[in-house]
Amino acid sequence: MRVSKKQIVEEAYISIFRVCAFLVILIIAALIIHLIKNGIQVLSWDFVSKAPTEGMTAGGIFPALAGTTLVTLITGLVALPLGVGAAIYLTEYASDNFLTRLVRLSIRNLSGVPSVVYGLFGLALFVRGLHFKPGLLTAGLTLGLLILPWAITTAEQSIKAVPVSYREGALALGCTKWFVIRTVVLPPAMPGILTGLILGLARAAGETAPILFVGASFFIPQLPHSIFDQFMALPYHLYVLSTQHQDIQLVRPIAYGTALVLLMLIMFFSGGVIYLRARLRKKYQQW
Amino acid sequence: MAEVKEKIIEIFFTLCGLMAVVVLVGIFSLLVKEGFPALKTIGFSGFFNGDLWRPDAFGKPTYGLWPAIEGTLVTTAIAMCISIPLGVGTSVYLAYLAGNRTREILKPVFELLASIPSVVIGFLGLVATGPLIAKLTGRSNGLNALNGGILLCLMSLPTIISVSEDALQALPRDFWRGSLALGATRFRTVMKVMIPAAKGGIFAAVMLGMGRAVGETMTVLMATGNVGSFPSGILSSVKTLTATIASELGEVPFGSEHYHALFVVGAALFIFTFIINLAGELVIGRKR
Repeated sequence: MRVSKKQIVEEAYISIFRVCAFLVILIIAALIIHLIKNGIQVLSWDFVSKAPTEGMTAGGIFPALAGTTLVTLITGLVALPLGVGAAIYLTEYASDNFLTRLVRLSIRNLSGVPSVVYGLFGLALFVRGLHFKPGLLTAGLTLGLLILPWAITTAEQSIKAVPVSYREGALALGCTKWFVIRTVVLPPAMPGILTGLILGLARAAGETAPILFVGASFFIPQLPHSIFDQFMALPYHLYVLSTQHQDIQLVRPIAYGTALVLLMLIMFFSGGVIYLRARLRKKYQQW
Repeated sequence: MAEVKEKIIEIFFTLCGLMAVVVLVGIFSLLVKEGFPALKTIGFSGFFNGDLWRPDAFGKPTYGLWPAIEGTLVTTAIAMCISIPLGVGTSVYLAYLAGNRTREILKPVFELLASIPSVVIGFLGLVATGPLIAKLTGRSNGLNALNGGILLCLMSLPTIISVSEDALQALPRDFWRGSLALGATRFRTVMKVMIPAAKGGIFAAVMLGMGRAVGETMTVLMATGNVGSFPSGILSSVKTLTATIASELGEVPFGSEHYHALFVVGAALFIFTFIINLAGELVIGRKR
């Protein structure tokens, strides 16, 4: 087969786009491999199940792991009802008027507000305004508001995916609107709502800036006793170990281990959800 | 009775929907309220005319915002120089060149990039790219604007890729076929037909990606060295608006002038990102 010069030039040009995609993948792979290579040797059962000892130069990261888990649970409890409530308003009640457009514009702009500004907001509202103590609850509320736009958008998408004919059928049988929402619309939308929420929570779990001022703490040897206690969190622990500790070189292996655990935790949940969502999408054929 | 109940339920859900508006307005008004005492004692000119951010200077603290604003601009500009070509190029690949199977594997991979925590990226800047830059430039320290910008590009890439791919996918397939039928090469079709036709969506993608870069905190806090003077080039250490808040708020006493001044920084940051995102959203909104 004869290949003209023009075809070769064209192939070279078009490869620019392939190279772009390849570069992005390469960067992601390089980052992850670097973390795994340097973090894998400190990983052990003790590392994830024991508290730090000797000024954080030895021991594990269990309190940070537990703190992140607890604060993420509270975040979910805050974001789920608010997100689903707002999504029900948008899909079932809202008519196309100024108010609805304002709500939609606000949701989109909220998702662009920098996370550190949410930290300032949490401090000013919950700590200074409502006199909450910085702790699990305050951090959970702050993070809950941070992922609220995400929770609303994903809930709205999965509620919208429920066919209109379901609603019309139930309404025609004489059901009230609330009954239809509760028994016909929400149950099939629930898997989608929950997968969306978990993806949002995985991102909230990795956030550091918003919890800096509302409850994350350097070092607490025991687990929090109540939702008002301060807590250790994985991302904050990584930040402290890599920039604030007095002997940064000595704790570097532990920092690598913490980074790897945090990354694996988040990748496990978001990867799982992205996979589940692809399957759900096939089931509903739209979403 | 049932009608009253239905009405109450409707009002309840409307209030849930209004939460988003309340939170957005609440954030801005609280920033202004907490920043106001500092604006009163320092004044607008203290923030915007001063060239020095020295809140801890003994006796005569100064609160000039320009070094931090320039720090933010420099790191964001570096990030955009890398992530716009790389992101748009990748989205062209996904939209027109990749096979269906490849696309179905790659899209989740880029989504995973979006969920890597910024503190992990910052940590990598500290231990991997920073030392690498130091070695290549022969300096003792690689924690500078260039390092921050390179890492910020990772934070804005997922947004740019996904929004601009959506814009390209939304174009009629006939544009692509028509241009090829007229004898244009694929590269020419992409550059002269597809990208110009999707320029609104691509602009929005760039804006949203830029909003992420401007608002990103942990990455720049850990990777740029945090020296709060005017940057004298891309290899000098900078301190951004976000890093100023994150590194200082933990140490200031509640209610001090410095504390209130940091809320002014927050308000400035809010306004910056709000304008950038609004510009992007308006373009997307018009397309819808």
